[in-house]
Amino acid sequence: MRYLTPVRFASALTLLALGLLAAGVFGLGMGPSPIGPGEVWRAFFAPEALDPVADIVRGIRLPRILLAALVGASLACAGVIFQALLRNPLADPFILGVSGGAALGAIAMLSLGGALGLGYAAVPPAAFAGGLLSLLLLFFVAGRGSRVSPTSLLLTGVVFNAFASAAIVFLASMSDMLEGSRIFVWLIGNLSAARLDAAPWLALFLVVGLSCALLSARGLNALALGEETAEQLGVSTEVQRRVLLVAGSLMVGAAVSVSGLIGFVGLIIPHALRLVLGSDHRLLVPASALGGAAFLVVCDTLARTLLGGRELPVGAITALLGGPVFLFLLRRGQQHWSAPGGALG
Amino acid sequence: MSDSRPAIPNLSSALRFERIAVDLGGRGILKDVSFEVGLGEVVGLLGCNGAGKTTLVRAATRSLRPDSGRVVVAGRSVQSLSRRELASRVATVPQDVHVPFPFRAGELVLMGRTPYQSAFGFESAADLELARQAMAEVGIANLADRRVDTLSGGERQLVLFARALTQRPDWLLLDEPTAFLDLAHRVDLLGVVRNFARLGGGALVVSHDLGLAARVCDRLVVLAEGEVIAQGEPGAVLQPEVLLRAFGVEADIFEGPDGRPVVLARIGKAKEGRP
Repeated sequence: MRYLTPVRFASALTLLALGLLAAGVFGLGMGPSPIGPGEVWRAFFAPEALDPVADIVRGIRLPRILLAALVGASLACAGVIFQALLRNPLADPFILGVSGGAALGAIAMLSLGGALGLGYAAVPPAAFAGGLLSLLLLFFVAGRGSRVSPTSLLLTGVVFNAFASAAIVFLASMSDMLEGSRIFVWLIGNLSAARLDAAPWLALFLVVGLSCALLSARGLNALALGEETAEQLGVSTEVQRRVLLVAGSLMVGAAVSVSGLIGFVGLIIPHALRLVLGSDHRLLVPASALGGAAFLVVCDTLARTLLGGRELPVGAITALLGGPVFLFLLRRGQQHWSAPGGALG
Repeated sequence: MSDSRPAIPNLSSALRFERIAVDLGGRGILKDVSFEVGLGEVVGLLGCNGAGKTTLVRAATRSLRPDSGRVVVAGRSVQSLSRRELASRVATVPQDVHVPFPFRAGELVLMGRTPYQSAFGFESAADLELARQAMAEVGIANLADRRVDTLSGGERQLVLFARALTQRPDWLLLDEPTAFLDLAHRVDLLGVVRNFARLGGGALVVSHDLGLAARVCDRLVVLAEGEVIAQGEPGAVLQPEVLLRAFGVEADIFEGPDGRPVVLARIGKAKEGRP
């Protein structure tokens, strides 16, 4: 009988951690001036005085990689949580409308903030506030009574996202060229404007969210089979559902407010890992955090370097790279994949 | 099965339904239902579709709160027990479960240990042994590594049954446990239920199969129009007038070779005003 042993748990996470490390070294080395792994090592552990390589590696590339890793981990972790809570393999971190709220907050600040004398630094807090407001709305509409039905959560999210994108179109069409292009880049998702002082916040929400998910990992396994099944197995669904919903939403809100709408990470990383590692959330949750981090570090490095001097939005890379990889994995697992159409029930 | 369980039926520690009334969407599903399932006995719950059988099961697992009345487990109302305590006493075999993710059958069976485990941790050797035993007892040891979404409805039902046994409950609630099973597996599964009761557990079996219910159950409870219209030993309960009222079907009752009743419904003799 196959089940989750401590050895399997540790070896899978060790492999993924090594993958993240390799992605980090790749990211630190790539750029306008390529730097080999040996030099990266030297920059960290034996820097010379006035070492330009060390400045590039530690001062310029490291913060960016740190942010990419934190955002990727948050999105993938939220993706796992939402897929289990909604019992829907097609759910992604943006499905419940928290991202729409955050995007609306950010775009409102981008297009109107100038008039109020607020700079770009005010965008992440505005986005996070927008995300929180949409979470409150979600609870207000779909969270009444003792049960929170996956279907009404999904519907609320879909409708709110549609509303938010309409409002964004409205705001974008009122703004000038410069603001318009900033809005465009922000919506695709990118890390070029992210600032290192956001990292502690991202890390805080990631640690809180990841802890909640790990402590509810058994509950997630049961909830993935349905609320009543979870209850019959002794899971306090009323509490766990809400805790997980808030934890996931906070991670999404924080990630989106720093980097915009980077798609695909939260959808395909949990799926790909589920195909390889199985569905047990005790392993799937931490594995997704590590996998999401590594994936986004690689994608962001490509976004920085593919076009030479010009940057691509990393959201374009995640979809370009992630799409085919995911379809390949899906094709391989297809023989036994259950129809997602039935998953809403 | 466990040492703490009394080997002799003890009705003071029964699973008792006390004057349950449930109203769903303005329709009184259950009006005033009282009966009990003692340890050591198998009780069959009969009634037509929509009679409220599953609703009673859901009330016992606290998935639904009755509008009045209460379900008592070993002297305590289920509402006053934590979900974890309740799950260690009462296990349910649902009709079917849709599994949207590729869990393996063995993993699903091991989830029966959830009420006994800490928030995060690995299965102990004892947990694994219980799961293996349950799968062997139900006859699905060979399915352990199969993905649940590749199993047939009947196989999945057996997996859910093994999970309920792994939960080591005092009471088993089986909601049409044989719906997807062939005759051989029906007989096997009901044999396991009988064995569970012989070792001191109590079982409530919701079924549409009157024949098997009569053979397996110590007592039968028949629901109609939101009330218990008959309860007692199968021979006393399975009477033509009871079946007419419960199912709107005229039937002939024979005595089987084991002294238990055999029911044959008359075709084309349906009564008007069938429930």
